[in-house]
Amino acid sequence: MTTPGPLVLLIEDEFQMRRFLRASLTSHGFRWVEAETATEGMALATSHHPDVILLDLGLPDGSGITLARRFREWSRTPIIVISARGREEDKVEALDAGADDYLTKPFGVNELFARIRVALRHANGAGGTPEPILELGALRIDQPRREVTLGGTAVHLTPIEYRLLVLLARHAGKVLTHRQILQEVWGPGHADQTHYLRVYMAALRQKIEPEPARPRLLVTEPGVGYRLRDRP
Amino acid sequence: MDDHDQRPDPDALLRQLQAEETQRTRSKFKIFLGYAPGVGKTYKMLELARQLFLQNIDVVIGYVELHRRYDTNMLWLGFDFLPRRSLGYRGTRLEEFDLEAALERRPQVLLLDELAHTNAPGGRHAKRWQDALDLLDAGIDVHTTLNVQHVESLNDIVAQITGIRVRETVPDSVLERADEIELVDSPPDELLARLAEGKVYVAAQAARATEHFFKRGNLLALRELALRVAAQHAGADVQEYRQAHEIEATWPTAERLLVCVGSAPASARLVRAASRMAARLDAPWAAMVVEGGRMGPLAEADRQRLEAHLGLAEALGGEVVRLSGGRASEAILEYARQHNVTRLILGKPTHRRIRDLLRGSLLDEIVRGSQDIDVHVISGEPGSEAQETEPKKKLPLQRRGYLWAGGLVGVVTVAAVPVRELLALPDLVMLYLLIIMIVAARFGRGPSILASALSVLAYDFFFIPPYYTFAAHDQRHFFTFLMMFVVGLLISGLTSRIRREEKEARGREARTSALYGLSRDLSSSLDAAQVGAVTAQHAAEILQTGVAVLLPNARNSLELGAKAGRDVLFETQELSVAQWVFEHGRPAGRGTDTLSGARVMCVPLVSGEEALGVIALAFESSAPIGLEQRRFLDVFARQAALALERARLAEEAKAAALRARSEEMRSSLLSTVSHDLRTPLAAITGAATELRESGPQGTEAQRRELLDTICEEAERLERLVGNLLDMTRLESGTLRVKQELVPLVEVVGSALTRLEERLRGRPIDVELPSDLPLLSADPVLLEQVFVNLLENAAKYTPAGSPIEIRARATNGSMEVEVADRGGGLPRGRETQVFEKFFRGDHAGVSGAGLGLAICRGIVLAHGGKLVAENRAGGGAAFRLSLPVSNPPPSRLPSLEEQPPKEVSP
Repeated sequence: MTTPGPLVLLIEDEFQMRRFLRASLTSHGFRWVEAETATEGMALATSHHPDVILLDLGLPDGSGITLARRFREWSRTPIIVISARGREEDKVEALDAGADDYLTKPFGVNELFARIRVALRHANGAGGTPEPILELGALRIDQPRREVTLGGTAVHLTPIEYRLLVLLARHAGKVLTHRQILQEVWGPGHADQTHYLRVYMAALRQKIEPEPARPRLLVTEPGVGYRLRDRP
Repeated sequence: MDDHDQRPDPDALLRQLQAEETQRTRSKFKIFLGYAPGVGKTYKMLELARQLFLQNIDVVIGYVELHRRYDTNMLWLGFDFLPRRSLGYRGTRLEEFDLEAALERRPQVLLLDELAHTNAPGGRHAKRWQDALDLLDAGIDVHTTLNVQHVESLNDIVAQITGIRVRETVPDSVLERADEIELVDSPPDELLARLAEGKVYVAAQAARATEHFFKRGNLLALRELALRVAAQHAGADVQEYRQAHEIEATWPTAERLLVCVGSAPASARLVRAASRMAARLDAPWAAMVVEGGRMGPLAEADRQRLEAHLGLAEALGGEVVRLSGGRASEAILEYARQHNVTRLILGKPTHRRIRDLLRGSLLDEIVRGSQDIDVHVISGEPGSEAQETEPKKKLPLQRRGYLWAGGLVGVVTVAAVPVRELLALPDLVMLYLLIIMIVAARFGRGPSILASALSVLAYDFFFIPPYYTFAAHDQRHFFTFLMMFVVGLLISGLTSRIRREEKEARGREARTSALYGLSRDLSSSLDAAQVGAVTAQHAAEILQTGVAVLLPNARNSLELGAKAGRDVLFETQELSVAQWVFEHGRPAGRGTDTLSGARVMCVPLVSGEEALGVIALAFESSAPIGLEQRRFLDVFARQAALALERARLAEEAKAAALRARSEEMRSSLLSTVSHDLRTPLAAITGAATELRESGPQGTEAQRRELLDTICEEAERLERLVGNLLDMTRLESGTLRVKQELVPLVEVVGSALTRLEERLRGRPIDVELPSDLPLLSADPVLLEQVFVNLLENAAKYTPAGSPIEIRARATNGSMEVEVADRGGGLPRGRETQVFEKFFRGDHAGVSGAGLGLAICRGIVLAHGGKLVAENRAGGGAAFRLSLPVSNPPPSRLPSLEEQPPKEVSP
C-alpha cells in the first residue's frame, strides 16, 4: 500500500450527490468522510483534519456560508463550494467568507478533480516561499525583475496591470472575486469599484491574449470574478 | 290578484336576509321605554340584568342613575360596575359613563341608563346614544332606558302636550336599531302616588317637577304616546316576520313622502310630522329645500335655521334633497314626479293673502299641478314666524344705491333744465328711464324704485308747465306719469331678477367647474394613492383649508396618503379619530359631535357599505362648517369614494387577468416542457439501464456511444432547466437587474468562453471597436443573452459556418449584432421567433423555444431593444440596442498612484 490519498470532507445533504461523489473520490484515490448537516460537518472537520472540504451551500441546519466563515477562523483547509446555478451572490459571499473555489451544479468529475488539485497545490505551497518566476504556457512572469514575456516577447504593463496579473498568476486555477482583487491591487478603499477592475482587465487582455474577445487565459466568472487558467 | 302582487319585494327579502345574517353575530340592543320618569324602567332593567347575572352571563353596570330610590338600590348587590369618569366642568365635578373603560372591559351585556343623556364636554361623543352605538359596534349587548318625550320625532307633540320643550333627544334611527323595545308601564295614578311618597325624586325636585310635568292629563297623553311607539316597533317586527314567512297580507303600497322645508321655524314641525307619517306608512321620505329662486339669498340666521331643519330630517331618517333656482313649485313637482312621490307635505301659509296676490302662492301652484300626488297641508306654529325671523339687515351697498339714485336723477335734472326748451318731452322721459335702468342694473330693486319715483316727481316739477309746481295743465300728463312709474317698476323688477339669476348661475358655474375638475382628475387617476392626492388637492383648493386623505394599508389600518393646502397636523389623536371614522363609517372630529376635541374633521369615503378611506380637514374654528362647504364635502367624499372603488376594482381585474394569463402560460409550458424534459430523460434512462444490464459483454465502442448519449442528454436537460428557471425569474417579476458598468468585450468574451466546446471548429469573427463606451447593465444576465444567441446560431446553422459579432456606439446607446450564415429566419415571422415556445421548422433540433424569449425579456428589462432580421446574402442577424453608462466614462479616472509607467523588460 502506497501513501494514503488526501482526505476529503464531503458536506452535502443530498444522498444522490454523496453517492456519486463517494464513488468518484474512491476511484481517484481519495479518502473521504461525509456529513449531512453543518453541525456534523463542523465536528468532522475538527476531529479528522481533512485536506479539502467540499461544501454544499444549502444545508438543512444552516447556510454553508456561515460554516465557511467559522472554518476560516481557525483553519486554512481549502474549501470548495458546490452550489446551484443562478446564485452568484451566494457564491461571491462564500468566496469572500473564505472559501477557495466553487463549482456550479451540475459539474463533471474532471472539473471537480481539477479544482481539488489546484486547491491542494495552493494549500501545500502556502507555507513555503512564493515562486520567484511564474510560468503559464507562453506567459512568463519574472517577479524579481518585474518582467513579463509572452512567447519570449516583452509585454509592457502599467504597475496596476502588473499587480493584477501577478495576483491572478499566483492563484492560478483559482477564482478570485472582484472584491478580493480590488482589495489586493487597489487597497481596501476601492472594494466596490468593480468597473475599474473590468476596464483594467480588458486592457490586460488586450496585451496578453491573442484574441481578447475570446480569452483563453484570463477568463471571466460571470458575476463572481476572474480566474487565470492554469491549463490554457 | 296576479303573481306579481303576491311576490315579496326582492329588496325586502335581501334586507331580511342581511338582517338575519347580522342578527346572528351582531350585538343586541334593548330599550326599556317609559312614558315618564319613575315608571320603573331602571328597576325593570336591573331586574332583567339580575336574572342574566344568575345565568352566569357577564353583565356590567356601565352607568345607572339612582335618584336615591331604595328599591332600585337593592339590586346593586353582586354586580360588577364600571368606575365612572370624573370630570371637572365649570367649577363642578361631573361623573360620566366611561366608554373607553367599557370597551376595554368588554362585558357581554352592559347597562346604560338614560339613553338621551348629553355627555359633558371632553368625552368621545356628545350624546350617550352615540356611546351606545359604539358599544353595539364593538359587539357588546346594551340595555338602556328611555322616556318617550326624548324621542326625536315626538319632540314637538310632547312640547304641545306638556308645554315643556325637551332638549335632549334621541334620533328615531337609534330606536329602529333596537332589537327589543320593552314598554315599562304603570298607571298614572300609581305613578303620582309613588311620586307623593317620594319614591321618584327627592322631595324638593319632586314638587317642582310635579307642577310642570306630572299632571294627570300630561301623563295620560304621554302614556298613549309610549304605547304607540312600542306598538309601532312591535308592528315592524310583525311585518318582518310576515315578509320572511310569506304570510298572505296586504303588502305595503309603495308610498313615498316629500316634505318641503323652509327657513321658517315652523318647518321643524313639518319635518317631524313627515317622519311620523312616513313611519306609519312604512315609507321612505325626503325633506326638500329649494334655494335661491324668487326669494333671493337667505340671511345668515335663516340659513342656519334651514340647516338645522335639514339636519333634523337626516337624524329622523329622511333623505335630504337640495334644489336650486327656478320656480319653487315647478322644481318640487318635477322632483316629486321623477321620484314617484305619493304624498307631498307642505306648511300652511302664515303670511297675508296680499302676498299671494302679488307673487303667486306656492301652495296654490303645487295643489293645482300635483295631479295624482296627495298634498298634505300642515299648520305651522302661529305667530312664530313673525316673532322669530330677524329683519333683514340693510346692506351698506343698498344705502349707497339710494344715494346714487337720488344723485343721478338730480344731475340729469339740473343738466336738462337749462335746455328744456330744446328737448322734446318724450326724449326726457327716455332719459329718466335710462337712469332707472342703470340704477336697477347696478344697485337692484330698492334704489331703482326710488329712482322711478324721483324721476316722475322731477319730470313733473321741472318740465311740465307750469314749471316748479307739481300741478299740470294738461290731464294727459298724469297718464304719462303713471306709465313712467309703472315702466320704471317693471324695469327694476326685471333687472334685479336678472342680476340675481346671473349671480346664482355664476355660483353654480363655479361649483360645476370645480366638480368637473375633480371628476376629470379622478377619472385619470389609476390607483388609490393618486385618487387620494387628487382629492386632497382639489378639496384644499375649494374649501381653502388643509386637507389630508388617509387610506388603509394591507393590515386595514389607516396611513396618511396625501396632503394638500395648509399644513394639517396629524398626530396620534387625529389618526385615532380617522381610524374611528374609518371603522364606523360616520364623520367625527371638530365640528361634529363625536370626538370633537380633535383638530381635524374626518369624513369617511364610503362606497356601498364600506369605508375605503377618510378625508380629514383642518378647520380653524370649532363651529359646524357652512352649508356650501358641507355640500362640497359630501360630493367630494362621494366622488373620491367612487374613484377609490374603481381603482380597487381595476386592481382586482388586473390581478385576475394576470392570474388568468399565468394560468394559461403555465398550462402551455407544462405541455411543451413535459415533452422536452422527457425526451432526454428517456435517452439517459435507456442508455444507463443498457449499460447496467449488458455489463462487460458490450464492446468498448458500444459502451462509449451509450456514455456519450448520457452525457449529451444530461447537458441538454441542464440547458432546458436553466432556460426554464431564467424564464420563470423573468416572468415572476422578481428579477433584479443590476446596473453595473461593464465593457462589452468582457461580456462577449465570457459567453464565448462558456460555449468554447459547442463553438469548436467555427470561425468566430468579433469586431469590437476599442473606443466603445461602457455598458450599464447586469453582466450575468447580459452574458446569458449572448450565450443564448450564440447557442441559437450554433444550433440552427451548419457546423463550421461562421458567426459574426459586431458593435458600434450610437448616440446614447450601443448597437450589437450577432449574425450567422445559416438558413435565416422563417420569412414574415421575424418577430415571432421571440415568442415563448416558438420553434422554427427544424427537424431534428431540440429545444423548448425559450432561448430567444429569454433574450428579449432580459434586453427589455435593461431598457434596450432586440430585433431579428434576415441578412442580405443569407443568414439571420440579431440586433441589440443596449443602454450605455450616462455620462459615458469612456475615459476612466486614473487610479494609478503614479503616472502609468512602462515596466521595462
